[in-house]
Amino acid sequence: MGKYSKEPENPTKMPARSFLQAVATADVKVSPLRVVRMEGVAILKIIKHCKDFAPTLVTGQLLGLDVGGVLEVTNCFPFPIREEDDEVETDGANYQLEMMRCLREVNVDNNTVGWYQSTLLGSFQTVELIETFMNYQENIRRCVCIIYDPSKSNQGVLALKALKLSDSFMSLYRTNNFIGEKLREKNLTWVDIFEEVPITVSNSSLVSAFMTKLESESPVTQSDFDRLELSTKPFVERNMEFLIDCMDDLTMEQQKFQYHYRNVARQQTQQQAWLQKRRTENMSRKASGEEPLPEEDPLNPIFKPLPEPSRLDSFLITNQVSNFCNQINGVAGQSLCRLYVTKALQDN
Amino acid sequence: MAQTKVEILQFASSATSVNARVHPVVLFNICDCYVRRPDQSDRVIGTLLGSVSSDGTVEIQNSYAVPHSESSDQVALDIEYHQNMYLSHQKVNPKEVIVGWYSTGLGVSGGSALIHEFYSREVTNPVHLTVDTGFTNADAGIKAYVSVNLSLGERTLAAQFNEIPLDLRMAEAERVGFDLLKMIKVEKIPNDLEAMESSIARLNVLIDDVYSYVNAVVEGEIAPDNNIGRSIADALAAVPVISAPAFDKLFNDRLQDNALLVYLSSMARTQLSIAERLNTAAQVL
Repeated sequence: MGKYSKEPENPTKMPARSFLQAVATADVKVSPLRVVRMEGVAILKIIKHCKDFAPTLVTGQLLGLDVGGVLEVTNCFPFPIREEDDEVETDGANYQLEMMRCLREVNVDNNTVGWYQSTLLGSFQTVELIETFMNYQENIRRCVCIIYDPSKSNQGVLALKALKLSDSFMSLYRTNNFIGEKLREKNLTWVDIFEEVPITVSNSSLVSAFMTKLESESPVTQSDFDRLELSTKPFVERNMEFLIDCMDDLTMEQQKFQYHYRNVARQQTQQQAWLQKRRTENMSRKASGEEPLPEEDPLNPIFKPLPEPSRLDSFLITNQVSNFCNQINGVAGQSLCRLYVTKALQDN
Repeated sequence: MAQTKVEILQFASSATSVNARVHPVVLFNICDCYVRRPDQSDRVIGTLLGSVSSDGTVEIQNSYAVPHSESSDQVALDIEYHQNMYLSHQKVNPKEVIVGWYSTGLGVSGGSALIHEFYSREVTNPVHLTVDTGFTNADAGIKAYVSVNLSLGERTLAAQFNEIPLDLRMAEAERVGFDLLKMIKVEKIPNDLEAMESSIARLNVLIDDVYSYVNAVVEGEIAPDNNIGRSIADALAAVPVISAPAFDKLFNDRLQDNALLVYLSSMARTQLSIAERLNTAAQVL
């Protein structure tokens, strides 16, 4: 897919394009994904699967329809927990096919639109996620990853997120160019890797009727209790631990870059010294009437360009740090609310 | 009394004291399958998965539909499909086993006994769940049954379906939020602070309710109810008595803890943007 955007080398050659090419380029202009519309049944299934196995991280497949700018997620099915075994790999593929076949028989939408996965405190920004996404993207033009965080749901929050990779990031990832220059050229920063797609929820009228009938009359729900729970200590502590780890990682990454730049600087002074030497040598050769030696020597190891380390890792870590910061801010805000509520109660 | 000659009409005494608990995902799944059923059929049948806890409660945690064809006097269930699907589900969660089957429609119908017999071979004493998707009596009829064999001596004459208590409390669904699951369309999932706001608003309404109730009782407008009175007293007693200075100290400590958290996280964020700048600046060598 990445090749569609290749510019025709010569504008006069344009009419010679084959019909297939024309179709292919027209195909690229799809309307961007605006909204993910999830059905209640899919949400409940995801939550059930993620929760049953927490804290083990699990994944599953999303089924639905791609309707213009809206991606409908109408159903899903869980994947078995993967083991590091080659045999299991094919087993997993078989399972997937079997499940799709079975679901099609009972008229469930038989179209993969992405996958879901659980996460721990929102630490999902990993290279694996990007790799999986690229894999899916190869087969499905518009796909999405739903992230659910079971640890956050105990705080009374429905931590459901729909993510996709931004187009500019994907094109960069395909060419595997994560050096500073390219990033500046594309004006890509760590904020631009993931795009969050808003989620809307829809339910069939039948479900809606049942839920209206069955909803208990009690004005308080479980999530209210969860939200008003005063103790947030374990959650905050875990969050801070994660944040500290990430900060350590980030420092490591930065040291890598410093090391790299120091090496580059050292190489440049070496090159300068070599050039200086060559020039004085040439000067003396010229004086004695000999041919001057070339001012470049590609075989000399000091002219070998040093590979710049990829910035992808540091970008991802930055994303995680920012995510933890947001979470901590959110929790702190919530507990401030609760504190003032208790104060009001105590004052009365 | 010629005891040896008399054949007693008896119910096989199976454990009839069971009750069942349905998880909301099962209900949603059944409704979804019903909406997507094939044109020619007017009900869906499927397998219920779950576990039986030690006190005899059947936890119905998962379900899948099984294609079937039905004519006036016979029901054909796609057994191969049922088994394939069961194997697939087992791969994901081996703890969930077959506990029974479901069907849409009101109550038990004629073919039910046949299907029930099939499931009896899969699991002892299966639960039969009926979901009245037609809202026959203008009511969301969801019922669970177990079957009891009515036998004369060795011969089984009939199967009687006994209704068992069904627990439909849905703590899981409450966690997600009824608002999300009840509406046909919801535009946005509330974020944490918005959810907090609505929770506090609800708490406020509750306190107001209690307040006006107590007032009304004091004024003599409503007959006092001892149980409600006790509950209110319990709730009030649950608020710990802390002296004002102690509470102030506690409050301020917590406040400062939180402020520190916010400070740390903004510091980390500032660090990020500085690092970002430095990284890009360092390239201009």
